[in-house]
Amino acid sequence: MINLDLTADVVVVGGGPAGTWAALTAAEAGADVLLLDKGYCGTSGPTASGGTGVWYVQPDPEEREKAMASREKLGGFLQDRRWMARVLDQTYENMNRLEAEARYPFPIVDGVPHKRGVQGPEYMRRMRSWIKRAGVRVLDHSPVTELLVDGTGTVAGVRGHRRQHGTGYRVRAGAVVLATGGCAFLSKALGCDVATGDGALFAAEAGAEMSGMEFSTAYAIAPAFTSVTKTAYYGFATFFRGDGTWLEGAGSQGGRSVIAKELLRTGTVLCQIDRATPEQQRQMRLGQPNFFLTFDRLGINPFTEKFPVTLLLEGTVRGTGGIRIIADDCATTVPGLYAAGDAATRELVCGAFTGGGSHNSAWAMSSGTFAGRGAAAFATALGATANRRRLTGVGEAGIQRPFDRTDALDVIRREVHPYDKNYLRTASRLEPALAHLDAVWDGRRGGAVATGGDLPGVRQAAAMVAHARWMYTSALARTESRGMARREEFPRLDPNQYHRLTVGGLDRLWTRPETVTGRELAVAS
Amino acid sequence: MIEVVSTERCVSCDVCIAVCPTNVFEAGPGGIPVIARQSDCQTCFMCEAHCPADALFVAPHTHPVPADSPLRDEEHLAGTGLLGSYRRELGWGRGRKPGARLAVGPELRPAAT
Repeated sequence: MINLDLTADVVVVGGGPAGTWAALTAAEAGADVLLLDKGYCGTSGPTASGGTGVWYVQPDPEEREKAMASREKLGGFLQDRRWMARVLDQTYENMNRLEAEARYPFPIVDGVPHKRGVQGPEYMRRMRSWIKRAGVRVLDHSPVTELLVDGTGTVAGVRGHRRQHGTGYRVRAGAVVLATGGCAFLSKALGCDVATGDGALFAAEAGAEMSGMEFSTAYAIAPAFTSVTKTAYYGFATFFRGDGTWLEGAGSQGGRSVIAKELLRTGTVLCQIDRATPEQQRQMRLGQPNFFLTFDRLGINPFTEKFPVTLLLEGTVRGTGGIRIIADDCATTVPGLYAAGDAATRELVCGAFTGGGSHNSAWAMSSGTFAGRGAAAFATALGATANRRRLTGVGEAGIQRPFDRTDALDVIRREVHPYDKNYLRTASRLEPALAHLDAVWDGRRGGAVATGGDLPGVRQAAAMVAHARWMYTSALARTESRGMARREEFPRLDPNQYHRLTVGGLDRLWTRPETVTGRELAVAS
Repeated sequence: MIEVVSTERCVSCDVCIAVCPTNVFEAGPGGIPVIARQSDCQTCFMCEAHCPADALFVAPHTHPVPADSPLRDEEHLAGTGLLGSYRRELGWGRGRKPGARLAVGPELRPAAT
């Protein structure tokens, strides 16, 4: 049932940083823009509820070179230098606009605005009001459930559900930008439960490919039984076993697997943030007030008391895998379809290592800008024919065929959340896990075709299962350890596997190595 | 998870219903929103930050706290200053200076290689 029939030049799916920058840019290019958020644009997603560093680097050749070179080894040299340079340029411009036009209140340090980070709630509140001033229409609580294509397979709209109105909707569009975020598999990591990989499923159903899905082993530290995942500050922490003895080698960086192993072995790891000076402690509270929400409310002083911690899955939110993009305007392999932010692969700027924090936020605002501009141009070129096309939905699982949501959520908990399967990866555990995921995907055991208010939940579950299958398929295909894609039985980097990995398919998955681009600018430095 | 909607403080603006990214609230009788789907709460504290009346409280746990927990006791939360504390730290609300203006964290330790 379609109760609301709309048209737009550009539809942006997702209202986090990438989506809002895409919407803003498309509107400024003259497009009529509709932004659809499954939650609420301004609070949805990990940026809004958190805070993030930003890869903001002055346009000084020496500083830029240092910034690009700094994480290249960590990233297995899979980054693209040309893309890094244009993301640094775009991020610099966007952050300056955020101050001048959105009036973001940056702190003043030594007399100048300090633009190397943003506080999430303030940033996203201002992005929402900014895009509305620019003329973007926003529909909140309106999850998209599938893409619509024309007779040539070009993406030409979306269908979805308005969950606070109980009605369906359809939008005819000249182009669609997917800015739906990564996938954290409903782990309750801060702000991540809306990030269920929906866009990747939609894109794959329209024929798009994924890249870098093996880089999806991100787990964040949080106090046990809570949600606040601010791993950076745990760089000031010491970790202990349940009996209070020092847990050697454990750390927020490089030593997180030690924490995972101890949690698997005994279920308890304790932590104390005991390596911050009083001045640093004061700065931490100012820098990230939400880091202290948990402690203040539990009555714990994290600097003087030991508290239990856990690791929450952040999947491709902090990993770098996502929809493969093939052009400077963030076009995918499907005409009319663009991808930005965590929904897209971040290998171009992060390579094989987590883009968590500054790189991901720079990527979100830059790729959003590129995609918004590209989508607006695509829609303009279509002209009046855009609204005369016959539209067909391409959604499969849960729409054209039954899909069992309960089974899907169960298999995600059993085969994707556990550290010994998704984090400490080895074929003998990955292969059976993938087989379980495949079985749920095939859906031989039943489930149903969903309609109305049940549909978004079923589609999210399908998106998570699809996501996990691409992750494990890519992980099995990379028989080496590169960046965050580590394999226990192949602990070393293999020079013969110096490539990116494309993965695709829905029922039958495939992988294909891809030559690393953009290295010609990486002079020996 | 969201644990408290203060009937006394609530000004019936329904902002929490709008801003909750996981659609936890429903419009309730007498204009007081109700926690309709607590299990969907992702403990992101966004409703609390956007509540203009400091009428909401989110406990840090990702599961419901027991009925007799002090984190469900409005009097305790008001007395300890916890109610409304996130909004105060964000510097949101009339006459407050945005917390973002002061948000300079410590220099972080460089990534290990």
